[in-house]
Amino acid sequence: MEVLVASAIGIMTAAGLYLVMRLRTFPVILGISLLTYAVNVFLFASGRLTIGAPPILTEAEVYSDPLPQALVLTAIVISFGMTAVVVMIALGSYLGSNDDRVNDPESVAEEDVT
Amino acid sequence: MSLFLIVALPFLGALLPGLMNSAGRQAVGGVTFTVTLAAFIGLMTNLPAILAGEVVQTGFDWFPQLGLNVTLMLDGLGFFFATLILGIGLLIIVYGRHYLAREDNMGEFFTYLLLFQGAMVGIVLSDNILLLLIFWELTSLSSFLLIGYWKHLEAGRQGARMALTVTGMGGLAMIGGMLLLGNIVGSYDLSVILQNREAIQADPMYVPALLLILTGCFTKSAQFPFHFWLPHAMAAPTPVSAYLHSATMVKAGIFLMARMWPVLSGTPEWFYIVTTAGLITMVLGAVIALFKHDLKALLAFSTVSHLGLITMLLGTGTAFGAMVAVFHILNHATFKAALFMSAGIVDHETKTRDIRILGGLRHLMPITFVIATLGALSMAGIPLLNGFLSKEMMLKEMEKTYLFGPEWLVPALVTFGSLMSAAYCFRLIGHTFLGKKRDPESYPAKPHDPGPGLWLPPAILIVLVVGIGVAPFLVEPFVKLVTAAVLGGVAEVPDYHIAIWHGVNVPLYLSITAIVGGLIVLALFKPLSALWEATPRPEAKTIFDDIVAAVVMWARWAIHPLHNGAFTRYAMIATVVIVAAGYHAWTTGTVADATRAVQPVGWVEVAGWAMLVAATVGLAAMHHNRLLALILIGIVGLMVSIGFVFLSAPDLAMTQITVEVVTIILLLLALNFLPNTTPEESPWYMRARDMVIAGVGGLATMALAYHYLLRDAVSSPISEFHLANSYKGGGGTNVVNVILVDFRGFDTFGEIIVLGIAALLIYALTETLLSGPVRARLLNRVPDKPLSGTQHPMMMVVLTRVMMPVVLMVGFYIFLRGHNEPGGGFIAGLVVSIGVVMQYMASGFAWAEDRQRFPYHGVIGAGVLIAGLTGIGSWFFGKPFLTSDFTYVRIPPFQEFELATAALFDVGVFLAVVGAVMLSLESFSRLARRAHVKDNEQPMDVDPSMHEDFLEAETTKEGV
Repeated sequence: MEVLVASAIGIMTAAGLYLVMRLRTFPVILGISLLTYAVNVFLFASGRLTIGAPPILTEAEVYSDPLPQALVLTAIVISFGMTAVVVMIALGSYLGSNDDRVNDPESVAEEDVT
Repeated sequence: MSLFLIVALPFLGALLPGLMNSAGRQAVGGVTFTVTLAAFIGLMTNLPAILAGEVVQTGFDWFPQLGLNVTLMLDGLGFFFATLILGIGLLIIVYGRHYLAREDNMGEFFTYLLLFQGAMVGIVLSDNILLLLIFWELTSLSSFLLIGYWKHLEAGRQGARMALTVTGMGGLAMIGGMLLLGNIVGSYDLSVILQNREAIQADPMYVPALLLILTGCFTKSAQFPFHFWLPHAMAAPTPVSAYLHSATMVKAGIFLMARMWPVLSGTPEWFYIVTTAGLITMVLGAVIALFKHDLKALLAFSTVSHLGLITMLLGTGTAFGAMVAVFHILNHATFKAALFMSAGIVDHETKTRDIRILGGLRHLMPITFVIATLGALSMAGIPLLNGFLSKEMMLKEMEKTYLFGPEWLVPALVTFGSLMSAAYCFRLIGHTFLGKKRDPESYPAKPHDPGPGLWLPPAILIVLVVGIGVAPFLVEPFVKLVTAAVLGGVAEVPDYHIAIWHGVNVPLYLSITAIVGGLIVLALFKPLSALWEATPRPEAKTIFDDIVAAVVMWARWAIHPLHNGAFTRYAMIATVVIVAAGYHAWTTGTVADATRAVQPVGWVEVAGWAMLVAATVGLAAMHHNRLLALILIGIVGLMVSIGFVFLSAPDLAMTQITVEVVTIILLLLALNFLPNTTPEESPWYMRARDMVIAGVGGLATMALAYHYLLRDAVSSPISEFHLANSYKGGGGTNVVNVILVDFRGFDTFGEIIVLGIAALLIYALTETLLSGPVRARLLNRVPDKPLSGTQHPMMMVVLTRVMMPVVLMVGFYIFLRGHNEPGGGFIAGLVVSIGVVMQYMASGFAWAEDRQRFPYHGVIGAGVLIAGLTGIGSWFFGKPFLTSDFTYVRIPPFQEFELATAALFDVGVFLAVVGAVMLSLESFSRLARRAHVKDNEQPMDVDPSMHEDFLEAETTKEGV
């Protein structure tokens, strides 16, 4: 199980990073969303993996770690707010300039050099 | 009056002029005057204590851990400076009220002036050197605002920037010096520091501390080589020049040298540095001043010269030197402020300050002529005026000072400085006011004496100039009192009587030489001036500008490759740096053995993993088709939530899946306006490079995650506390929810506020877009996709209406059970939002908006307010913010249930989430409404109940 979770985090991070490095706003937003998933799962996994023991108090002896869950829960909601703001900014810039490039058009030539 | 009030009054009063701007210029000036007068009277109530030789102290602890306490102290020196600041401040306010033109914003000016005044009073009354530093920086900032007050003048902006740069950098050095000093003594209280002369001077850090503190003082008081900023600060309105740059701010450095005199002076380092800097400044300033044609520039350099003189006197380290310095501070403040104000009058009435154009004003402006002449003669050191007395005493002190070179060098240089000083004073009188009577039309404006509002303030100062000059015995006790405060018990106050006639002695000869020489120089002014113009010399402003330009270029060179404005590059650089740092940590640290057993894997888990991976990889590969990309990211989100369920996190799963729904709706709304496809922009080698970086980043994350998943935490996690106390202390069995609303309720409170701000930001951005040029573009936009024939299909409308109560009930249920079972305010809020959004989707924006009772901003606000009030409620029970309480009640016929204040807090969370989600989505759809979506009156496109056949059938039925 650990391999699956770790590799899922890794693959989501890699795809997210690749998309973030594209030069148009929409893939960058998708990339940020993927990175959000990866980071959330990563933080959640810092409580270590437990199967079948949710942190609802019962007679049980073992529970999964509730603190990372609480932190990730708010992180998920906040990431919605953040995504919405970024999308709005991207949309505003596209509607304003009819161009959805991430970089300054003037610096494109320089970007090619690096 | 309490010292606190004296310091606080100008700061509090600073609010008034700005607010009262519409009440008229008279009211603004009046309120500023009243505030200053109140502080001045408050200061005077402490006079008896000061005269009795007491030190008034007050204070309270602010940050005792840092040694930063608000302690104030008023002794002779502080009283002297505070009197100068507030007293001259009163005159300047009257003058400024009449000086500023109708189009100047007077409220703004007086607000800045009062801020400056408060900061200045703060400096001279501080007992704590850290507090003093705060006020010190405040004077730099407020003087920046005052110098640049005429924002339309380029010279004003540049002068302000230069002053801030120089004094600000000096301030930084000063902070370092003060911290060193505090470290040596072990206290930041001045009253303690001043008792530790031996300890400080014996410490190896004495010299660095001295150098740093002197840098601060020299920059502030415009001492060589930092003297160049002061003349450029003259671009400020004249009241500012008269106040800051003659009487107060530039004296702050002098004040600090005097304040620190008992502990810092008397060493060879102090003597050589301070005396030399003062001597050079004095001579250099006097020479430059003579050849300036701008009245204010002449006065500025003469100020530089006189500040040098005072610095030099403090540098000698003798008690007599300190006494002369104190006396000259007083005299200089009176005659120089008066001179600046008369220069301002000349400028105000003739519209020029160029001495070459002026001349003969004696006949046209007799009052101004008398004021300026008496001031200038005092500055030149003519008997019966106060400047003469302190200049004689200065010559007496310097005549026996030996610095370096031949023995006669210092007296000769000082006499030369006085000679040049006399020369520029005579030039000021001769070339501006004397000379034959000219036609009033020959000036840029017709000159005449101004009203008393402008001439009375300098005239009051001139009365002092003459009064002290004629009857010095009146101020002698006061000067000695202040001197005693400067000396701080290190040396005895010298037994010297300030008098006009001390018999024929060396200082008198030197004085006569200076005055006669000054007249000769003035007679030879034309050839000398030509010679001066022909001499090449370094221009401070050019050098300063070159340095600034070089620094900017260097900074750009260093930053631009990293920070070019494209997000892509930041992401790339950040990834590479983080991976490199992680790799370094990995290879240099010790790696412990695995302690946890690997959990078993079944086929279902592998299948779920495979779907997640396929969707993720597919997304990266096929992101050019944006709609497809959206579907794929939906799959990723779905699989992540299923993963949460499987890994014992039901709350997370519910949150993730609901957020997923609203996010996808949001992205769809945005995609409506964005291009459908992403063009291939980067060439193959750039994509290859990105793939390598992304791959390495992914591998690193995976390795890190895998590593810690196999190991237990180094110390036991704090969650054990949460698990143990969740029911006992928080009254709930769902530990995640109890953490959110109770243990870490303050975090959650902050988070809903952030969420609310994000939603409001989106709303504000939409408003901005819709009020700008984008609006026209939207209105003219032709949709690139064909519109659906049935935008509001009947089936969907009916279904959403039926589902609405069900959704609300589910939301209510999830909310209520949240404390004990998976659920809670966050999830319930998201569920309810989805229910409402469905109505928008089914029947359109206009229809839904008509039925909306409360604006979503209000819902967010109500949520934050309820959460906040719940937290405040615990104050009434003497508990800290957000302490929760709960009890169990039983209302028949229901079962026993729990009532918790945390549930009320959760209502706040719920409302904030609903409001934020709805406001964001609503803002996006408002854009669409502007574009191509027609408003609809009816809930659905085709309503069978409105169909002819149906209506007919109905009528027939009624007929039967």
